[in-house]
Amino acid sequence: MTEELDAGLVAQQVAESGMLSEPGEGKEVGRARKRKEDARLLTGRTQWTDNIQLPGMLYIAFKRSPMAHARITGVDVSGAKGMPGVVAAFSGQDFADEQGSLPCAWPVSENVVIPDHPPMAVEEVRYPGEAVACVVATDRYLAADALDAIDVDYEPLPVVLDMTEALTDASPKVHEAGNRAFTWTFAQGDMEAALRDAPVVIDRTYVQQRLIPTAMEPRAVVATTDGDGFTLWTSTQVPHVLRVMLALTTGVPEHKLRVIAPDVGGGFGSKLQVTAEEVLCLLLTRKLGKPVKWTESRSEGNMTVHHGRDQIQHITLAAEADGRIRGLKVELLADMGAYLMLVTPGVPLLGAFMFNGIYKMDAYSFDCTGVFTTKMPTDAYRGAGRPEATYAIERVMDELADELGLDPIEVRRRNWIRHEEFPYTTIAGLTYDSGNYEAATEKALALFGYDKLRAEQADRRDRGDPVQLGIGVSTYTEMCGLAPSRVLGSLAYAAGGWEHGSVRMLPTGKVEVVTGTSPHGQGHETAWSQIVADSLGVPFEDVAVMHGDTAISHKGMDTYGSRSLVVGGMAVLQACEKVKDKARKLAAHALECSADDLDFAQGSFTVKGTTSSKTIQELALAAFAAHDLPDGLEPRLDADATFDPDNFSFPHGTHLCAIEVDTETGMAKIRKYVAVDDVGRVVNPLIVEGQVHGGLAQGIAQALFEEAVHDADGNLLTATMADYLLPSAADLPDFVTDRTETPATSNPLGVKGVGEAGTIASTPAVVNAIVDALRPRGVHDIQMPCTPERIWRAIR
Amino acid sequence: MPRIAVTVDGIGYEEDVEPRLLLVHLLRDRLGKTGTPIGCDTSNCGACTVMLDGKSVKSCSVLAVQADGGDVVTIEGLAANGTMHPMQQAFHEEHALQCGYCTPGMVIAAIDLLRQNPDPSEEAIREGLEGNLCRCTGYCNIVRAVRRGAAVKTP
Amino acid sequence: MIPAPFDYLRPASLREASEALASDEDAKVLAGGQSLLPLLRLRLSYPSLLVDVSRLSELTGIRDEGDHVFIGAMATHDDVTRSAEVTAGCPLVALAAATVADPAVRHRGTFGGSLAHADPAGDLPAVALALECVMVTSSREIPAADFFLDYLETALGPGEILLGVKVPKLGPGWGFHYEKFHRTAQAWAIVGVAAAVRRSNGSIQEARIGLTNMGPTPLRALATETALRGVELGDAVAQACSQAAEGTSPTADLHAQPDYRRHLAQVLTQRAIRAAAGAP
Repeated sequence: MTEELDAGLVAQQVAESGMLSEPGEGKEVGRARKRKEDARLLTGRTQWTDNIQLPGMLYIAFKRSPMAHARITGVDVSGAKGMPGVVAAFSGQDFADEQGSLPCAWPVSENVVIPDHPPMAVEEVRYPGEAVACVVATDRYLAADALDAIDVDYEPLPVVLDMTEALTDASPKVHEAGNRAFTWTFAQGDMEAALRDAPVVIDRTYVQQRLIPTAMEPRAVVATTDGDGFTLWTSTQVPHVLRVMLALTTGVPEHKLRVIAPDVGGGFGSKLQVTAEEVLCLLLTRKLGKPVKWTESRSEGNMTVHHGRDQIQHITLAAEADGRIRGLKVELLADMGAYLMLVTPGVPLLGAFMFNGIYKMDAYSFDCTGVFTTKMPTDAYRGAGRPEATYAIERVMDELADELGLDPIEVRRRNWIRHEEFPYTTIAGLTYDSGNYEAATEKALALFGYDKLRAEQADRRDRGDPVQLGIGVSTYTEMCGLAPSRVLGSLAYAAGGWEHGSVRMLPTGKVEVVTGTSPHGQGHETAWSQIVADSLGVPFEDVAVMHGDTAISHKGMDTYGSRSLVVGGMAVLQACEKVKDKARKLAAHALECSADDLDFAQGSFTVKGTTSSKTIQELALAAFAAHDLPDGLEPRLDADATFDPDNFSFPHGTHLCAIEVDTETGMAKIRKYVAVDDVGRVVNPLIVEGQVHGGLAQGIAQALFEEAVHDADGNLLTATMADYLLPSAADLPDFVTDRTETPATSNPLGVKGVGEAGTIASTPAVVNAIVDALRPRGVHDIQMPCTPERIWRAIR
Repeated sequence: MPRIAVTVDGIGYEEDVEPRLLLVHLLRDRLGKTGTPIGCDTSNCGACTVMLDGKSVKSCSVLAVQADGGDVVTIEGLAANGTMHPMQQAFHEEHALQCGYCTPGMVIAAIDLLRQNPDPSEEAIREGLEGNLCRCTGYCNIVRAVRRGAAVKTP
Repeated sequence: MIPAPFDYLRPASLREASEALASDEDAKVLAGGQSLLPLLRLRLSYPSLLVDVSRLSELTGIRDEGDHVFIGAMATHDDVTRSAEVTAGCPLVALAAATVADPAVRHRGTFGGSLAHADPAGDLPAVALALECVMVTSSREIPAADFFLDYLETALGPGEILLGVKVPKLGPGWGFHYEKFHRTAQAWAIVGVAAAVRRSNGSIQEARIGLTNMGPTPLRALATETALRGVELGDAVAQACSQAAEGTSPTADLHAQPDYRRHLAQVLTQRAIRAAAGAP
């Protein structure tokens, strides 16, 4: 990239190419609607799970293992039973007959080993913080006190912390069957040929450090029974999945179990889980016949909410002398932790199809081994597999550029799929339906002032400035909108990928929408209202969206994988279309014409060429009254729909990061961050921008701040927020964000999903910038998080 | 058990409390003021921030007995006559919240920031909010909301 | 998490407080509680009794007392930061107090509490040491140099309560700076440097340097202080500051190894000295 582009010109070009759609006249979709959800959240009228109080409620506290790996030789809860306020105390043995095994719904391969995973440890603990006993008391303070009176005897067993060592014969075992959880391979093209005599071969090893997702709301569970059925409130992203899994795990019949996700304070994948505590709370209310509540502390949560990332990536890239990629070989070790939880082994597979990124190549191979260690299991964390893959390819593309003396933008340009080549089937077998990497990149470069910053970088280098400037590039795509059921099935995922929505017109003309998605900050109540308002021609304010309660929303696949709008929003739209079809029949009957003679606009059916019309609200009332319905039409104006697209969606974009590195202290500070994302058609730009901002913060935090650290005994050293560093406002810059808009073709809305994009793109942009700043000093990599100390050691 | 008198959102309470009772648990579990949530146990996250005698404090790191005689304002006490406080309104306008869990503390911290500095720069806002963590927004819109809230307060 | 039970006393007099503390070795002073409460919640500390000294008049207030400023132990970091007496008489204290934790913690956390807690990673002990403050207790006065004995350990005896601190006013010609190096805004200092410098005729006449988190107690960078005497701002400062880590014994923890801390001490001392000396 040598020519600085004029931002205004680019904007004009993009506008002329129709790449940023404006909302149509009177249309809701595309409008920056302020959120419906805000009022209760801003005034404290929330319903977090811990807020729920039921008469006679009891409080649970869990005794947790202080050891990473040990045999339990004795648990004595009798001391706790005598403590004030204590109603009961139990050890794992007390649940042994009924607690089942926590489910893994993604048995990725034939050879996968799925060890028994008791919600409460009975014989052996395999990660620090594993629950070994519990207390039930009349007050949360008394429950906490009684934990000190439980005696647990442990016989220490050797810990398994390092994945490479874990795979050696000499390693202690986490489970009888050994430390290899599974192997999974995929290959396409002739890798041998690609590597043979390749002018450039780059070998790199990158480590994806273990992260702790840290949603702001700690987990909490309330469970109760009326003697027949059970209700469970929990801070979850997946009430529907959880209900099925709890029924299968505990034997509580599915029809007797209601799961409610009330207000949920963030998830980022960490609440896409069937947790030990959810199972045990349900069992405890069944045992005691009383409502129970458990609320975790943050330090408890840092240990026992599933962790994320934790991979070692061996990358081999073969390329021509002009920078064109021949082949990419990926050998991956993925730390499963001690057990396979809901989608633990599937996370690296979500990356398997993404290591090739936006690039064309002749050969690709992926070889993944899942490894057991004595750590908290890993599972989905924002991006789940795709950030790891994107990091590796985007880091190695910079290495390729460096090797060939090319600008990192140029080396990408020589390899990426050109916009006229879509739809394009990649070497990994996915068909990218649409995209325009050129447009996003041009826009990002212009907003960033790329050439000017490069000039400043050169100047600082020449002057030997102690503060060096680095520029990091990340041109990413991701597969999201998790669906399609058939593809997920082919990857051995146990559930489908469809989503459900229902729409009902009430007698007064208002609209109730029930969605199978389960928002926890994403703003579905607002966005779905916009979709419905446009489709039915009703006011935005007249739509209410309900979710997160299996008694209200009887079908759903919940919220994760940037799927809610792409699949769930679409289901709602399709339900609207069905409602309209029914309304058209009612209108034709009422207006005494053929359904084909009716035009629908702004909520009214009008007989073509006349002023004779009926509003959809009038038709809703007519359906309710049922005084004069056409034969065969039921007295209701509502519909259900499910949507199951035939492809993933593929957001993409170009992120540019400028970082100042203080070479005297090693401190790296982001000076400018530009993100141009293409998430397809945008329903609410306010929400999209917010999702990008938050995603960026989490991706940047992986690059600079966050890391779960264990000591040699396997203890988690970062169990509090004082040690696990999260960025505050003072630690992050303002972000410059913009969009291009290339509609997805896999759904009629043209939407792609935005929840994970920022996280996926930003981590490599930041590390590329740091490495770029230090290349003259011979630096090719810095292990994440790029702490001042690590940077200092790299350049001393 | 010590008896304390405390005013919360304009209402006076007298409560017998265990010395170890945290102010945030007094608010949540005894007085039903569940608008103030708890996010950590090391006073890092700031979700539980309330005003105590006119200054922001982390209510998880104050004992109820320490608040004896004090005047507490929580997120639930900010709206007047059914109208949101300008800072609450600014957070709404700027989409400065997603899951909303950090929001009560963030809004209180933002109001406190303006008490000290009615027209803060972006940098002053970022530093002034260093004790409140948000995992959703990346803070950009929170900073914008505080600017907007400041503009309302200082016409 | 939830603290274990303890008794609570809000004494009516200093004597009552001292007696209560002297008669129970597991009793602890409660000031602002900003260091203590997290320890209680994590059950890393199990005191039998908390003696809440916050309402004792002897511990309150900030006063200019001529050649020094008296800062009551219960003055909060926020009070200190905004105090006209402190800003005028001993601005280094205000500069460092403003970097402690975050605004809400600074509203509760106290100057005296953070000195008595004696965490070497705290920002104020190094300042107290550099400024050669005098600790005023319920029974005596203790120079800062004799106050910090070990990690979280001070010279305060059983029942002895820190009432406040006399901070010498160093007078005209002095410049000050506190250089704090931390990974995130709310993280503890990896290393901090408190510097006071007196300049005249373009050279440094005298420098006092306190180091945060370079050992089990706050430390003075004495070799550098000596080496700085009489030097002009320039390369000689760098030379002098290269001795800043002499005599230190920094710890290894999650955020830094000792050799890195030693390196930082040198770099940050130079920065602090130059800033305090008003160098551009």
